[in-house]
Amino acid sequence: MSTKKTMYEKIWDQHVIVQEEGKPSILYIDLHLVHEVTSPQAFEGLRMSGRKVRRPDLTYATMDHNVPTKDRFNISDPISKQQIDTLSQNCAEFGVTLFDLNSIDQGVVHVMGPELGLTHPGKTIVCGDSHTSTHGAFGALAFGIGTSEVEHVLATQCLQQAKSKTMEVRFVGKRKPGVTAKDMILAFIAKYGTDFATGYVIEYTGEAIRELSMEERMTVCNMSIEAGARAGLIAPDETTFNYLRGRQYVPQDAAYDAAVEQWNQLATDEGASYDCVVDIDMDSLIPQVTWGTSPGMGTNITASVPNPADFATENERKAAEKALEYMDLTPGTRITDIAVDYVFIGSCTNGRIEDLRAAAEVAKGYKVSDSVTAIVVPGSGRVKLQAEAEGLDKIFTDAGFEWRDAGCSMCLAMNPDVLQPGQRCASTSNRNFEGRQGRGGRTHLVSPAMAVAAAVKGHFVDVRNWEFKAEVLN
Amino acid sequence: MQSFTTLTGLVAPVDRVNVDTDAIIPKQFLKRIERSGFGQFLFYEWRFDQQGNVIPSFDLNKPRYQGASVLISRANFGCGSSREHAPWAILDYGFRCVIAPSFADIFYNNCFKNSVLPVKLSEEQVEELFQRTAQYEGYQLHVDLENKSITDDYGLSYSFDLDEHRRQFLLQGLDDIGLTLKHGDAIASYEAKHADRLAYPV
Repeated sequence: MSTKKTMYEKIWDQHVIVQEEGKPSILYIDLHLVHEVTSPQAFEGLRMSGRKVRRPDLTYATMDHNVPTKDRFNISDPISKQQIDTLSQNCAEFGVTLFDLNSIDQGVVHVMGPELGLTHPGKTIVCGDSHTSTHGAFGALAFGIGTSEVEHVLATQCLQQAKSKTMEVRFVGKRKPGVTAKDMILAFIAKYGTDFATGYVIEYTGEAIRELSMEERMTVCNMSIEAGARAGLIAPDETTFNYLRGRQYVPQDAAYDAAVEQWNQLATDEGASYDCVVDIDMDSLIPQVTWGTSPGMGTNITASVPNPADFATENERKAAEKALEYMDLTPGTRITDIAVDYVFIGSCTNGRIEDLRAAAEVAKGYKVSDSVTAIVVPGSGRVKLQAEAEGLDKIFTDAGFEWRDAGCSMCLAMNPDVLQPGQRCASTSNRNFEGRQGRGGRTHLVSPAMAVAAAVKGHFVDVRNWEFKAEVLN
Repeated sequence: MQSFTTLTGLVAPVDRVNVDTDAIIPKQFLKRIERSGFGQFLFYEWRFDQQGNVIPSFDLNKPRYQGASVLISRANFGCGSSREHAPWAILDYGFRCVIAPSFADIFYNNCFKNSVLPVKLSEEQVEELFQRTAQYEGYQLHVDLENKSITDDYGLSYSFDLDEHRRQFLLQGLDDIGLTLKHGDAIASYEAKHADRLAYPV
């Protein structure tokens, strides 16, 4: 048997504590991130069974899903408030560090973790949230779990896990101007579908991946779950090490260099094999827009809304028909002729400082269309602070965007930021499901640059043709 | 946890591919801090209109499917958000078994924690179940976890695959936290060995 291993296999092997024939492995969890929506029943379970949090020092919490992005201390929904208060009480009772609404570090949990340096290459990371796959951008094995498993990890710092299959997704060739990391992952999902990677852990490779910044890598790994994958991984390199160096929760100085030496061992061995390999051609990859109610229902900005009759199977035809009915779209309509009412920039997919820089670059010198409401929601308190230090907030507000406080906001609309029935939104988030951003709301997933361009023009446009009025920021 | 051995129950269809957990239980109902009481919100935006009136054309609202305990649906059932509120809602509504050609990973896993049996059958077999459910008023299935079989009263008999550990887990209604804690020594020695790597410098 070959001793050459993929990165996934290396991290897996380093964390298996017990392996018994016919049973799932017991995997040690290095970092557990907690938020207010999926944790109350888990803490209650601990209380009922008289258990403690085994490693409060490896458990970090923040509140993000319910948090209002305006007037954040005045939470009008009493049930939202109760959920937030419950997290505070649980963290106090069980000794878990909480970045609450008073903390500059509060934010979307998958923005907060990497920003603080809690996310390290080679770690196993879980959270009661499917977009935990984001942290795979650092070469960490990171995946979402349900509330029962949140309780399991709180109590044992372990999980019972079956090993996944491995998939390599190679982005072949160089990224063309105007194409973003968001377009790369949307194009992959549009091509292969939302259950293509079920049962797999994806490793993203290729020159186009290596050239991505950490923020861009997080965008790619974030949406691994939308391809059905358990997790997404990118091998750590100098980009990773430079991003993490000096952050609060990484080893400092000589200890950091020693850690980097370890992290450099993680990459997949030359000659190791994956269970499945697919290629994505970068030469033909252009900005993407979704037209339907599943992240896989996406197409090129230059294309038109597809005709359900053209789909291969009866189930796909029916799904496309239902999606077009919900989205109120007619087959053959050019994507650039679709008008939007709302624009949302933010989320764990695209709420980081680079996303806001890219958005501001497009927005500078323009005005949001009169027919559009547009909001920018920074991913964390620190992202907000940084953006304000760079003057990005001013660019946005001058252009007519609302500049908000950090949180998940309209990605899932658990807070007051909700689409009204029939409203159409260009969104930098990750899911376009029916009702995701509000009942009857219609979501089109796009990159931050494409979202801003749509806000300005009032309909989708190809941002590759944008007339920038700014010098390239930073 | 409640065990699962056999089930005989009325079958109800949700005829869509990629049923996501936002559809199973919309986010406005995730704010409760209890595990119970989510059944009333199952498929809420498909069952009720914006004024809260019942949408009669949605299958689960039809009189013939009231009291169903077996749900049949299409590929990639339970995709999207990791919310365990989805199986909580399914269970609380009265379903104990969901049959589909494939399931999203996290949802599938969450079912076992709540004594809901997710059964994978082929596309053709699931199609046959949809046809029989439409054809026979009061169509029932007998689900036998001991023998990994599904049968009806009209001669249909399918067997299904299931990981043996997961099967035992459901049959015995095990507490998996308790099982992991039996390995307390192994966990402690791993932690001791990796103490430096695990510790954060704050």
